[in-house]
Amino acid sequence: MKFARIIFANLLRKKVRLLLTIGSFAVALFLFAFLYVVNDAFQRGADVAGADRLVIINRTSIINPLPLADRDKILRIPGVKVITHNNWFGAIYKDEKNFFPQFVIDPENQRQVFSELIVPEDQWNAFLKDRQGAIVGARTAERFGWKIGDRVPLISTIWGGGNWEFNVDGIYHGKRPQDDDTQFWLQWDYFQEHVPAGIKGQVGWYVLRLDSPDDAVRVSKAIDAEFANSPFETKTETESAFAASWVKQFGNIKFLIITIGTVVFLTLLLVTGNTMAISVRERTPELAVFKAIGYSDRAVLFFVLAESLIIALIGGTIGLLLSVGAVPALAKGLNGLLPPLVLSPSTLVLGLILAILVGLISGMLPGLTAMHMRVVNALRRV
Amino acid sequence: MVKVDGSGGQSSLVQVRDLDKTYRRGGEDIDVLQGLNLDVEAGEFVAFMGPSGSGKSTLLNLLGGLDVPTRGHITVAGDEITHMSGGKLTEWRARHVGFIFQMYNLIPVLTAFQNVELPLLLTKLSKAERRSHVETALGVVGLTDRMHHFPRQLSGGQEQRVTIARAIVSDPTFLLCDEPTGDLDRKSADDVMALIEELVGKYHKTVLMVTHDPVVAARAHSILHLEKGVLVEGKHASQLTGAGGAA
Repeated sequence: MKFARIIFANLLRKKVRLLLTIGSFAVALFLFAFLYVVNDAFQRGADVAGADRLVIINRTSIINPLPLADRDKILRIPGVKVITHNNWFGAIYKDEKNFFPQFVIDPENQRQVFSELIVPEDQWNAFLKDRQGAIVGARTAERFGWKIGDRVPLISTIWGGGNWEFNVDGIYHGKRPQDDDTQFWLQWDYFQEHVPAGIKGQVGWYVLRLDSPDDAVRVSKAIDAEFANSPFETKTETESAFAASWVKQFGNIKFLIITIGTVVFLTLLLVTGNTMAISVRERTPELAVFKAIGYSDRAVLFFVLAESLIIALIGGTIGLLLSVGAVPALAKGLNGLLPPLVLSPSTLVLGLILAILVGLISGMLPGLTAMHMRVVNALRRV
Repeated sequence: MVKVDGSGGQSSLVQVRDLDKTYRRGGEDIDVLQGLNLDVEAGEFVAFMGPSGSGKSTLLNLLGGLDVPTRGHITVAGDEITHMSGGKLTEWRARHVGFIFQMYNLIPVLTAFQNVELPLLLTKLSKAERRSHVETALGVVGLTDRMHHFPRQLSGGQEQRVTIARAIVSDPTFLLCDEPTGDLDRKSADDVMALIEELVGKYHKTVLMVTHDPVVAARAHSILHLEKGVLVEGKHASQLTGAGGAA
């Protein structure tokens, strides 16, 4: 394009300022990508939740148990297809920083309820025959270098303490990239053998699968009504609602992230807007010459917006490329504290669109000023 | 011949009738031009003189379509410009006017070649055609060997010659010069004026020039003075030469 030389010559006239402005965009877009994937990781529980799954916890709190005996009563409620139960195991592998979630599972029904987490048949059969067996999520197995047949010692911090040992009988994979493949599953029977007598026969929570997602409200009400005024009242909600309320325990993460993101982009807008305004003000007589020799008002606006857009695109692309490299490293550093951090192509596209918008808005005001300036007045400012 | 009494015919290249320009400053109306008439034939070289604030630059801006009059008409080469819209006026300027400013007003980040090429980027000329036009214009002003220099690498006189090349490259109907030698030493001023004379004499350009300098004005065919908002004929160039020689 024949005007490209003019645009790039103007862009390069103050190289330090150009680099700093591009740097502002790069930092802002890097932060955007980082905040977005963290928020996404927190919210993903709700997104990946099965639409036909309900979670039942003790009405008082999730740390209060429910009796295993309730299972059959729940199963009799019309609309319930299959039910399983879990307990939080919460043990330590060698060091506290080696965190990964461990669940006591009901081997009979776990796979029917969580059908998106795939365990090869032979490995599952080996697990069923092994009371000390464990099924490990692929990411956790990779993280610690565990293979099938390895023996894994865990130190319990909740269930009477002591050392527990498990045999890795299988490794599961999620069907989708966003599925949580960090869990460690152990057998209900083995767990029951070793916990103190007072808490035997108590589950942490139930998860059930419905005949139809349309039954969710009716079945939830029926379950809670069944146990109303009992010593173990229940709170039943869809898995997505449960995941959302779980995230809320950390505070309103989404609000926090949106607020930080908004502040970052408003600051960026002010920085680039100011830079473009200074740049245009410095060049007022030159822009007046362009208009005097026949360049239209729109052409002058185009020059200013093009500069602003190029800065936004270069800075935004650098920031997003940095995030492509940094997010996996960050995910590794978090050691499974958060669900998988996934930087999707749609996040990158969204980031680029935001960069373009900020570039356009920040260039618009000085561009319009240049567009509407009177040549005669501007030439007097030489 | 230049006429200031409104008696010029339709053949005049520039025809100004009953031109008023009033500025409002500090709540007060200031009449800069009042009922001004002017007729300039093609190929003429006219100098406008007058004290500061007399309206010389205002008249030049009006003739160049950079400003609009409060009342009156300006016709250039048959185009009545006083009622043109902003967009039309911009297109008209690109086709008909070559500006030469006192402060050169070159784009510092572009080379001499690129500065001269600017008006041609608005045309449909090919890259090769643009190059040919620019080299011709720079040849006319004697700066072919400096075409890849940036303005900061040129002297004041050379910068003004680049401005002249930019003004003539699109072969406009007329050139408007606002104190073209105001920022130059005498030697450079002489060179620039010789070039402008050459444009008139050899290339038959019409030049309207504002200047404070009687020596520079003496190079024009006609000198007009702005007094109380109207133009009056001054001494002819040949009459000024003697005075200029003493100045």
